Amino acid sequence: MGKPIPLSGNYAVAYAVKAADVDVIAAYPITPQTAVVEKLSEFVANGELDAEFIHVESEHSALSAVVGASAAGARVFTATSAQGLLLMYEIMHIASTMRLPIVMTIATRAISAPINIWCDHSDFMASSDAGWIMLMGVNAQEAHDLTIAAYRIAEDPRALLPVAVGYDGFWVSHTVEPVHVVEREGALRYAPKRVARYVLDPERPVTMGSLGSPDWYFEFRVQLQDAVEKSREVISEALREFKQHFGREYREVDGLYTDDADVVLVLMGSAVGSAVPFAEEARRAGLKVGVVNVRLFRPFPEEEVLKHLEGAKVVAVVDRAINPGSSSVGPLYSDVAVTAFKRGLDVPILSYVTGLGGRAVMKSHFEAMVKHAYGFVGKRMRDVKTHYSFVGVRE
Amino acid sequence: MASLSGWRTLPPGAVILEPGSSVKYKTASWRTLRPVIDQEKCIRCRLCWTYCPEPAILELEKPYTAKSGRTYKVTYEIDYDYCKGCGLCAEECPVKAITMVEEVR
Ligand code: SF4
Ligand code: SF4
Repeated sequence: MGKPIPLSGNYAVAYAVKAADVDVIAAYPITPQTAVVEKLSEFVANGELDAEFIHVESEHSALSAVVGASAAGARVFTATSAQGLLLMYEIMHIASTMRLPIVMTIATRAISAPINIWCDHSDFMASSDAGWIMLMGVNAQEAHDLTIAAYRIAEDPRALLPVAVGYDGFWVSHTVEPVHVVEREGALRYAPKRVARYVLDPERPVTMGSLGSPDWYFEFRVQLQDAVEKSREVISEALREFKQHFGREYREVDGLYTDDADVVLVLMGSAVGSAVPFAEEARRAGLKVGVVNVRLFRPFPEEEVLKHLEGAKVVAVVDRAINPGSSSVGPLYSDVAVTAFKRGLDVPILSYVTGLGGRAVMKSHFEAMVKHAYGFVGKRMRDVKTHYSFVGVRE
Repeated sequence: MASLSGWRTLPPGAVILEPGSSVKYKTASWRTLRPVIDQEKCIRCRLCWTYCPEPAILELEKPYTAKSGRTYKVTYEIDYDYCKGCGLCAEECPVKAITMVEEVR
């Protein structure tokens, strides 16, 4: 491993995309993502990256353009945030069911209204039912590394699925950190361009994106579900080999102090970086707090999450998004609770929604959550009257 | 209908490997009204052929002599495999030679 260089999360992603030697980039600017494609267009303009950069008029067109390029066999990239991701939502489903290995990064941001350009996970969570593999990096290094891993996962003939890599808007996208940059040669050794799939080729004509009447549609949706399910193996293999190639280890889920924890905090994104020192401090004060970082969100890593919850007396799921009116309220909560229910884990599982629209997730917020959660130690889920609360909001 | 493949064996991503296979998709299954051409009334103006969106009007090199004694070189017939019964032909026919009758299967 060479010397790290100072890079923002956005630039870290741009360097990863350059290292992956993509053929086609199509993107539309949106805060906080813009700097990713700004940097990439610079790489293309000065000849550092030999790629076609398609300037489009919207995110709907951006994803549509990379769908077309990917169908023709190109290695592609796009990036977006918030409203841009929602505008892509229609095409996200098309990309996944057409089984196109597209890589997209999402600098996570709140969804309007009111207009808010700052971080939360509303956009990421709102697109989590589109059949994409979804990863979340906690810092600039992870955003860089997971973007490179995404190409290997997406193009694996056993997967052939689009991959989204999220990282927190501003907290990660605009924060400069030391980053070990993967060079092109190494990236291509780890993730060689693979086109082991049908592509648009006049020599061997095929039809893509055709009508799927009631006689056919159901089959292709089940095929997608099956592919996302089976991609677990491809993902863990890609992460394992990432360590062999670059020395940095990533797992689908990280668990810290979960073996003997009373309260386990389950969360995603940059707030993990604050939860860990908080847990260490809490332990010094006699509170047994554990932390679980969910790095892979789709397919949801049930086994890996469960492993860290089995010893817990209370599970506290921290969400940076609200799914209004749903039985879960917090979207991450929903997956954690269903996983626990399926395995008969009968401890209180509580939902804490915090840090919306760029509000910082502070130590005091974790303190409030853990204090509240401790009140449920020894209880069971049926003893919990209201499972959710909002932390850091004005009443 | 012949038995259709299941999801495990279908090509990934709904890719269709056989060029020109859409002719196998018999759109006639949607039809609830069936157009019937009265060859006696038909003046061979070709308008139905022009308007049919499928296109499911066949222009056949089939001579036809009407009771009036007039002989036409061509005959217009409906391709009932693809006609979806939209009724455009009946609407456009200037001499009302096409009637839409209830489809009975
Ligand atoms: S009913 Fe419609 S589809 Fe059928 S022949 Fe007439 S115009 Fe064509
Ligand atoms: S539009 Fe009527 S008259 Fe003209 S060709 Fe068709 S059926 Fe005959």
